Amino acid sequence: MTGQKSFPLPSSVAVVPGTEAAQAAYPYYTQFGPDDDARFWFYNSMHFPEPMHHFDMITAEAAYCALGAFNTRVHVLPTTKGIDHRIVNGRVYIGGVPVTDPVEIAERQELFQQRAFYYYEHWERLYDQWKVKMKALIGEAQALPPVELPDWEPIETTHTGKGVASNHALLDTYRRQLEGYYRMWQHHFEFLLLGYGAYLTFFDFCKRAFPEISDQTISRMVAGMEAEIFRPDEEVRRLARRAVELGVDGAFGEGMSVEEMFAGLDAQGNSGAAWRDELQASRDPWFNVNVGDGFYHYHRSWNDDLSMPFSALPGYIAKVRAGETIDRPVEQLIRERDQLVADYRDLLDSDADRATYDQLITLAHRVFPYVEGHKFYCEHWYTNLFFNKIREFGALLATHGFFAEEADVFHLTHYEVESAIVDLSLAWSSGSPPLGPKRWPGIVAERKAAIAAWGDHRVPPALGVVPDVIDDPAIVMLWGITRENLDRWLDDDGDDDGRELKGFAASSGVVEGPARVVTSAAEIGTLRQGEILVCQVTNPSWAPIFQKIAAAVSDIGGSMSHMAIVAREYGLPAVVGTGSATQRIRTGQRIRVDGGRGVVTILDEVLADA
Amino acid sequence: MREAIAWFADVGLADRPTVGGKGASLGELTRAGIAVPPGFVVTTRAFELFLAALEARAPVRARIETCDADDLDAVTALSQEMRTRVVEEPLPPEVEGALLAAHHELCGGDGAPVAVRSSATTEDAADASFAGLQDTFLWVIDPADLVARVRECWGSLYSVESITYRRRQAFPESGVAMAVVVQRMVDASVAGVMFTRSPTTGDKSVVTIEGAWGLGSSVVSGEVTPDRWVIGKITGEISTRDISDKHIEHRPVASGGVEERAVPDDRRRIACVDDATLQQLREIGRKVERHYGAAQDIEWAVDRDGRVLLLQSRPETIWSNRTTAPVAAPTDNPFAHVLGVFGRRP
Repeated sequence: MTGQKSFPLPSSVAVVPGTEAAQAAYPYYTQFGPDDDARFWFYNSMHFPEPMHHFDMITAEAAYCALGAFNTRVHVLPTTKGIDHRIVNGRVYIGGVPVTDPVEIAERQELFQQRAFYYYEHWERLYDQWKVKMKALIGEAQALPPVELPDWEPIETTHTGKGVASNHALLDTYRRQLEGYYRMWQHHFEFLLLGYGAYLTFFDFCKRAFPEISDQTISRMVAGMEAEIFRPDEEVRRLARRAVELGVDGAFGEGMSVEEMFAGLDAQGNSGAAWRDELQASRDPWFNVNVGDGFYHYHRSWNDDLSMPFSALPGYIAKVRAGETIDRPVEQLIRERDQLVADYRDLLDSDADRATYDQLITLAHRVFPYVEGHKFYCEHWYTNLFFNKIREFGALLATHGFFAEEADVFHLTHYEVESAIVDLSLAWSSGSPPLGPKRWPGIVAERKAAIAAWGDHRVPPALGVVPDVIDDPAIVMLWGITRENLDRWLDDDGDDDGRELKGFAASSGVVEGPARVVTSAAEIGTLRQGEILVCQVTNPSWAPIFQKIAAAVSDIGGSMSHMAIVAREYGLPAVVGTGSATQRIRTGQRIRVDGGRGVVTILDEVLADA
Repeated sequence: MREAIAWFADVGLADRPTVGGKGASLGELTRAGIAVPPGFVVTTRAFELFLAALEARAPVRARIETCDADDLDAVTALSQEMRTRVVEEPLPPEVEGALLAAHHELCGGDGAPVAVRSSATTEDAADASFAGLQDTFLWVIDPADLVARVRECWGSLYSVESITYRRRQAFPESGVAMAVVVQRMVDASVAGVMFTRSPTTGDKSVVTIEGAWGLGSSVVSGEVTPDRWVIGKITGEISTRDISDKHIEHRPVASGGVEERAVPDDRRRIACVDDATLQQLREIGRKVERHYGAAQDIEWAVDRDGRVLLLQSRPETIWSNRTTAPVAAPTDNPFAHVLGVFGRRP
């Protein structure tokens, strides 16, 4: 291949007019500089598909601090270090840091074997220990005091000789909550790359032994069946069964709001109350799943918004009434997985290959419970606690006139939130009014407008010169970025008539039907039986609605994503990672989903405005 | 097999010396419970009787064995002479009687069409090219026509290519004989081929199916770019669907034989096989592969009632004859495999 292909250089990307101040407000270490033109960057649309609120950048920051620490300094991956990130027009671009010097690689390889192999060897013990650590961390966050600033210090402060006033506790709580979030992300990456690495090693072997095997088949061979992340959906199924057993199933109807369903329950007296007790048992902790990937403050949890699980109840209840078994057939799924592993093993040509295959599948099965299970604790449970705590600060600051509503707090960076807390703390202690109410409302308005402007602004999928080979295993593993993909992006100038969208083949089958574009959890309730779900981000917590849809399409996601596994479990065609399905498809349009090829076709004559 | 005629159900792979490769395979498939259009084989015994009559008039085998394979003119003249003799020689009465009786039993005298296909005993797995030199006649209806086609099949043993090939391989002529398969014809709505491993990568975990409208001859001869599917052998997942423009199809002619017809526009660019049939084909492919213990190269057809039938199955030869190195050797410490991901440099 001759002629170097290139995306726009970072320095050539103009900040959207009118948003300069909002752009400048992101931390200085996230701003593109002149040196960055020499590197390759790509838009991390997988984790950050929407323009970033200033506060939400803490997720990128904490995650890359932790990812890099474990790659670079703890496990010492031989050929890759961490990830650098920058933000422009609200979009997070990232760049890998590969190791290329053979001497350095050799040195790192030595260290890697001492460290990573120790983890693989003691995986179960370390993972058990990890769960203890995570639960303790969650416990600490739950134990943080409520965010409040009383007019008068409680009398207990006097009687106990506490010697610390509420304004100090406020700052302390904020800093401890931030500390917990950064710590959670460290735990998150303690195992993750090693887990993906073991999985990818098996994946590579399968691709060489069976050149035409699909990605989905390999992930089916490895998938665990009892990970925590399946549990929320299992709880919804349990609640549906209990509703029928208690005779309160009449309270749940297709298209009803959560409030209407609760009203129906309350009319059922003791039985209704008994079901509410069941609900309570499920909610703690299993409804601590959020409706996104857990990277944005507005990805609320089921506990914060019951519409997701409740919208799934009527469908499950109908199945229970019809005498269908709705429990996940775990044993059967495990049998099928083991049969798949055995059948592929039989196809191998030599004893040597069978021995290697056994080694690799054993290791992959060993690491996968973490790869699947960690998300419930990290991206869901802890993240929900974290953002809800920040909401409490938002509510307090709003009460003191810093801005209009609690969610406005997310338009401030985490440094700015701390400064506002200090401002409030000073004002509370001195007895004079805080200065924030004069400063923040204008800034919040400016940033709100910026987020809206950035949302309408298309950004290049990558910046800088395309490397000949994407050889950074972290980048390939986590983002599926390959030279082939980049070439596709570069050529993506639309030679079709706009009716065809390509993505990853996540679950095979072909289905035609009406589309339902769902961009927020609030719209989940609008889904009707037999519709095709079109959403930005697919997430395991959406599993309950899979019983009522005919197929699924998403903007973001890879064939290894958990949602792909759920789709396969339900036997539904799914195409993930289309990039723009929610923008190009309109609710009500007839579409065809070909999950085997990864293609979505808009069948209606009239196309939506681009 | 000392009879002139052998029914599929009565033969298997071991009978190859007397019924030829194609006949033995069809018998084996029938016995294995695979749906195959019914038929019989005109055995090498019939050929030997015929040849004996031919030799009684003038030498045949001796002439072939002494010819110079490098003298094309001489071989061409010899070929012409022998084929003329074969076509003109009447069938021995006991052979013709048995053939017509079997044909009557197969077709019930109602003019049902048959395919007449040569089934050479020297045709073997390791040499598909030789198999390709043999003849196939489709949609044969008239009994007299059948007799003539059987003779033509025998005559193909004396084509320039066949003679030259045998001389170069130094096959003794005494071992050369030809059986002929007579099989009820399938009026295929769609037909094609199936490989139980990937022809392009050798992957044993996929089945590749190619198909086009009408009789399978259009696919085998390469006159149509067939639709193509790649299906996970174990999973049934259809990973590739290449739907092509199938501009023509081979259709039978009422009076006998096959013609080429244009495919109407509304059928040209749509898939000629539905998913349920693809899965049925996959199952059949797996069953045949398991029966033989080796990857297969299969010809199939779907009749007007939607039934899937196999017309032929032979061992896949190209990938099976290659020796492949192991993908990766096991390591003392299984964790060391991950260095392939984390430590690899391009």
